[in-house]
Amino acid sequence: MPVIEVKNLTKVYKMGEHEVRALRGVSLSIEEGEFVAVTGPSGSGKSTFMHIAGCLDRPTSGTYVLAGRDVSKLSKDDLARVRNNNIGFVFQGFNLLTRTTALDNVELPMLYRSKNKFKTPDRHKRAMNALSAVNLGDRHHHMPNQLSGGQQQRVAIARALVNEPSMILADEPTGNLDTRTSIEVMGIFQRLNKERGITVLLITHELDIAEYGTRLIRFRDGRVVSDAAVAHRRNAVDELAALPPPEPDTPPPPPAEAEAAAHA
Amino acid sequence: MSLYMTLRIAFKALGRNKLRTALTMLGMIIGVAAVIAMVALGSGAQEQIEEQVKSQGTNMITILPGSMNTGGVRTGQGGNVKLIPEDAIALREIPEIEYVSEMVTTRAQVIYGNQNWNTSIQGTNVDMPTIRSWTPKYGNYFTEEDVKASAKVIILGSNVSDTLFGEGIDPTDQQLRVKNQIFRVLGVMSSKGSNGGGQNQDDQAFAPFTTVMQKLSGQIFLNSIIASTRSADDVRKAADAISATLRIRHNVAPGDPDDVIVQTLEDIIALRTQTTSTMSALLAGVALVSLIVGGIGIMNIMLVSVTERTREIGLRMAIGARGSDVLLQFLIEAVVISAVGGAIGIALGYGGSKLITYFESWPTLVPPDAVVLATVVSAFVGIFFGFYPARKAASLDPIEALRFE
Repeated sequence: MPVIEVKNLTKVYKMGEHEVRALRGVSLSIEEGEFVAVTGPSGSGKSTFMHIAGCLDRPTSGTYVLAGRDVSKLSKDDLARVRNNNIGFVFQGFNLLTRTTALDNVELPMLYRSKNKFKTPDRHKRAMNALSAVNLGDRHHHMPNQLSGGQQQRVAIARALVNEPSMILADEPTGNLDTRTSIEVMGIFQRLNKERGITVLLITHELDIAEYGTRLIRFRDGRVVSDAAVAHRRNAVDELAALPPPEPDTPPPPPAEAEAAAHA
Repeated sequence: MSLYMTLRIAFKALGRNKLRTALTMLGMIIGVAAVIAMVALGSGAQEQIEEQVKSQGTNMITILPGSMNTGGVRTGQGGNVKLIPEDAIALREIPEIEYVSEMVTTRAQVIYGNQNWNTSIQGTNVDMPTIRSWTPKYGNYFTEEDVKASAKVIILGSNVSDTLFGEGIDPTDQQLRVKNQIFRVLGVMSSKGSNGGGQNQDDQAFAPFTTVMQKLSGQIFLNSIIASTRSADDVRKAADAISATLRIRHNVAPGDPDDVIVQTLEDIIALRTQTTSTMSALLAGVALVSLIVGGIGIMNIMLVSVTERTREIGLRMAIGARGSDVLLQFLIEAVVISAVGGAIGIALGYGGSKLITYFESWPTLVPPDAVVLATVVSAFVGIFFGFYPARKAASLDPIEALRFE
């Protein structure tokens, strides 16, 4: 059963007197365990598609079946429940709660569960497990301002995992990270996808980030213009191994050198 | 989400910026503290007056000639209306009434040796001490024989005795001159202090009313009559019976107002506390305004908080918070601020009133219903003024909110 099945999806916004047709009939399906990258220029509709795929918005017409359930016409409250149960979000800006420990941040989605709620000790255990999965078990008591950008994003990924969603929806997850950290984070996505079979839907405008996935969908002018397997898939683990070790006290190398090292 | 979890989330959110939370509470704290302190001052004054008035004798009814206009001011006291001893005799027939005393008043110079003192002389009957719960500390009060015989006997108030004979001295059986007549001292009344109306009750002397009427002032009419009932429950009934009896005796036509004033202790307390309660009400009104200002302060800070936390709200919605979850969270944050601020204000108001009593010796009393009311009002302020910001938060669109800078 596909995780996402979308048929003839359209989305029309009214901006004053103009109508904006953000999506003009999108049909596709994504199976469990896929690592799909969605890319396209600004205004291509990829963000609109992501909002609908993430149940943050409803389509104007067409159907969207998520994990076997038609979510195209659900109420706001029902959509919230679907998001809580089925979708794990990772954002470009991390969006962690400030002055809150990593553990409490990761627990947050569990507090909004409407059924099968966990008691406090179970919540703690599940949150610690999620943090261990991203190798941050020893920093569970740190606040975001005590963590690096990469570590904060890893906490966000742990938070996305904690309710065991049908898929992880990552919106430009490496946008605020440096090259090395970006590769580390993409490595986490690849590991979770491979070892746990978690479906990943990645939105990005950077082609090199998109190439960590298995399938690439390109949007243009509200339509899917290409949908194919990634030709030369990048492997984060290999790339990290090939990088020189990080030297925090020296200024970062000029961009040309870093790219040459990454493609070695 | 359960109420308990929402409470925890609200507390955590408020704890993230303790200084701002504390400053927002300040309006409520000051407002509630002011209300509590004002109410304490008013209640304390009221209780003090009640106690002073009650010290004149519980279950006591005072009958005065004249009538009351609205506002409790006596008009035409005396005038054409007169109370006579036969009126008092008639009142003794009323079943609820236990004791009655005729009352006349005059002033005279009281002389002992080379000490003299101009004082008020109260002419009463033998039951006055019982009615007023006021007994002599030296000697005895006069008897029915003394009244029948218009005997020249006198009982001194403690101030008068101290002035004429010296403090701590028992003047029983001494002789002194009142208006050039020799009177025998029968005793001294115990100290009573002020009567709640500004008069010192120890600065007067007592004699049989027949003596005062016939030998000192020459009056044939009574100044007033006092009576007491068997129990406090009978007072209202007795007062009505007294009015009815006297209307008949004085030939007052039905429909005309009473020509005498029948005053129970309640009436006196009400009169005396009228000014205090008006003052308290005014002050409480001003303090209430400051509570509203405190509430507006909470609303403003919550609005700022909602705007600042727009992305956080978007995030919560993205991971599954519904509109009602967000509404409840922010509403509870507002209520926590107002309720905790109110609680601190109650404690401060209580402490402040104790300090006032300590430094100024003004009586203060914090009534329990004021505390309950302050708590309820504080919570209500939070709900009322927190609702608009909470609703704004709940109606954010998660997509827009997540994009917010």
